[in-house]
Amino acid sequence: MAIGKHEVLLWLEALARVYGENRDRLTELDSAIGDADHGVNMDRGFSAVKTELAANVPADIRSVLQAAATVLIRTVGGAAGPLYGTFFLRAAAAAAGKQQLETSDLVATFRAGVEGVQARGKAVAGDKTMLDALLPAMAAMTAKLESGGALAEILDAGVTAAEKGMLGTIPMQARKGRASYLGPRSIGHQDPGATSAWLLLKTAAETWT
Amino acid sequence: MKKLINDPANIVRESLEGLALAHADILKVSFDPVYVVRADAPVAGKSGVISGGGSGHEPMHSGFVGRGMLDAACPGQVFTSPTPDQIEAATRAANGGAGVLHIVKNYTGDILNFEMAAELCQQQGIEVLAVVINDDVAVQDSLYTAGRRGVGSTVLAEKICGAAAERGADLAQVAELCRKVNANGRSVGVALTSCTVPAAGKPTFMLGEQEMEMGIGIHGEPGRERLPLACAREIAAAMTETILADLPFRIGDSVIAMVNGMGATPLMELYLMYREVEHVLRGRGIAVVRRLVGNYITSLEMAGCSITLLRAGQELVSLWDAPVLTPGLRWGI
Repeated sequence: MAIGKHEVLLWLEALARVYGENRDRLTELDSAIGDADHGVNMDRGFSAVKTELAANVPADIRSVLQAAATVLIRTVGGAAGPLYGTFFLRAAAAAAGKQQLETSDLVATFRAGVEGVQARGKAVAGDKTMLDALLPAMAAMTAKLESGGALAEILDAGVTAAEKGMLGTIPMQARKGRASYLGPRSIGHQDPGATSAWLLLKTAAETWT
Repeated sequence: MKKLINDPANIVRESLEGLALAHADILKVSFDPVYVVRADAPVAGKSGVISGGGSGHEPMHSGFVGRGMLDAACPGQVFTSPTPDQIEAATRAANGGAGVLHIVKNYTGDILNFEMAAELCQQQGIEVLAVVINDDVAVQDSLYTAGRRGVGSTVLAEKICGAAAERGADLAQVAELCRKVNANGRSVGVALTSCTVPAAGKPTFMLGEQEMEMGIGIHGEPGRERLPLACAREIAAAMTETILADLPFRIGDSVIAMVNGMGATPLMELYLMYREVEHVLRGRGIAVVRRLVGNYITSLEMAGCSITLLRAGQELVSLWDAPVLTPGLRWGI
């Protein structure tokens, strides 16, 4: 199965629901090591994406992702706004000209998004950020694609790796973002950004398989 | 949560509507996107000075918009940085043709959003320079943190840069002054109670009746260490000594001193703290040449205070004394 515009729209719509449901959980994680707004911001941003896409349905996958990026940059704020905004902006560019994303296109689109996050936030693996979920997911998805895996297997590998990466942030000491101000006191807490990044992938897998 | 609000979702907008009603002679508020701008902006030929950040720190930044200080401010949601579209619109509104300085506090979100906005402005041919304020001595500056947070020196930088721009300094000169303030200013804060982000509905952290958080950030981020509550004299001495050792300040230095309330601490206690701070400074041979005591960079209803010291020669003091007319600071007019 390939992913078309309709599937991308369904995914974004599901994300609005998922971030709404996880609003308090994400905010709670952010209270421990940040400034207690991550869930609120993600919920506000993806609700706005849903509203925008319901009002104006863009022509193709690229414009859907671009519209999501523009709305997120405008509505999320914090560090998550530019980071997720850049993720969707780069993903949009990678999906340009495509009506359907085959598994290789999908992985390439995801990779472009993750590289955008890296470029914008200048974080690396182990800094206790969303990249600690995204980078292992990208590696796992690439490996599964190369070994000839089907869409469901690729997504499943991504979600499993992202979840492991997310849980792996618990013993880490933060080196980027507001949590880094805590020094060793950031150890023992799960990173809210890695958690919202895992939800992004988990929702894709649930919507598309 | 007990707050004088209608709906947590509308708190920023409704507060700005009140600000606009209360200070129509000084500023205007745009709501789509949200920014606050001087009533007479843009001032032709003048370097623009803008800032922005999460709401909840009032009067910073919106309350510092006006003649002699900021041309515009971009308020984000509570404790959340403003978005690039807001910053871009505010930059355009503040640009009198001589370019615009972005005064940015060192938080990852603020940096990323201001960077994206600066790119957008430069694409439109507006000259933008950005200076990052990172004066909080509570945070270790190393490769392994996001660097020191921007706190109290931001208020002093906005006043001093605004005055210089009003006097006709060009953009590069205003930016250089901003860097000078940042290089010579240091702050530290202490919290006695937490704050409650309206959308979260409960306190960000908990402090026992006999505890204080030394080195608190302005968003309720925990600080250096949690200590047993002490008397004002001991707290002021510890905070002042931490700041003095950091720059370091030296015998014979002149400083502008700010004792700032975090939101819920009465002015009576702030003046009492100021008394202690000045006492310590005198003992160390440091001359306080100007002072500011009150609520200028707050953290919602947190109790506690911050202390900022800025080593200031004649140039900075003269700019500090220049006329200013904003909701939050006004003198000489």
